[in-house]
Amino acid sequence: MVEWTDFERATIADIFSKMKYEVVGPAALSRCLVVYPWTQRYFGNFGNLYNAAAIMGNPMVAKHGTTILHGLDRAVKNMDNIKSEYAELSVLHSEKLHVDPDNFRLLSDCLTIVVAGSLGKEFNGDVQAAFQKFLAVVVNSLGRQYH
Amino acid sequence: MSPTAKDKDTVKAFWAKIAGKADDIGTDALSRMLVVYPQTKTYFSHWKDLSPGSAPVRKHGQTVMGGVADAVKKIDDVSAGLLSLSELHALTLRVDPANFKILSHNILVVLATMFPTDFTPEVHVSVDKFLAALSRALSEKYR
Repeated sequence: MVEWTDFERATIADIFSKMKYEVVGPAALSRCLVVYPWTQRYFGNFGNLYNAAAIMGNPMVAKHGTTILHGLDRAVKNMDNIKSEYAELSVLHSEKLHVDPDNFRLLSDCLTIVVAGSLGKEFNGDVQAAFQKFLAVVVNSLGRQYH
Repeated sequence: MSPTAKDKDTVKAFWAKIAGKADDIGTDALSRMLVVYPQTKTYFSHWKDLSPGSAPVRKHGQTVMGGVADAVKKIDDVSAGLLSLSELHALTLRVDPANFKILSHNILVVLATMFPTDFTPEVHVSVDKFLAALSRALSEKYR
């Protein structure tokens, strides 16, 4: 089981309570599609992804970014049981969506950068460590049911 | 995944904007790395103080960003331009190359916190590719 310090719990709760999901979600997903263009392979039916401007203005990307970010709520609400919270989603991503689990890491790196941009100085080393630890646990749980 | 001509122009233009803060960027990136990836502290057991913003961290952050600045100047052939730094890292320092990725990530995070409007996704991808090329150049002589 993952051990969380009081600081880590408080930090994660704080970040997500102030989170602007419809801004951060789209920003993170579109950044991922720009910075790691091979991730576009999963979004063939999203229409125009031809360049950065198209990706950042794409409404399907925006909607999906928000959906993904809300998917993290389950982990925020149940930090002591993230593995079981995401068991079903892990199976879905493996069996149905066929997503290479390395993509979860790429997206979480982009999310870290977007959150860093919005929090600025407040996103200090300790906050970054807590946030990255949280995302690492989520990423690990999403990859767990792959076989 | 090598930087294209467009990437190089993007990096040079962005560097012009941020060069004045290079020391702060170096200090912050290194400080973060030591906190967020504690295994990196193993390379600095000879420092008295590993806390964020400490004197050895500031000094070394300056050194690292000096190397980055040099790489920007020699962006058209990073491998050739950084030959002596490459030998230093390979033969003397022997830093595991996985750590170049870690430090690069922390540099990107610092750029995001310090330049949120300028560090757009397009700038991000070009800088990421540049730092990866720089890391490759530093690992050239390892084996």
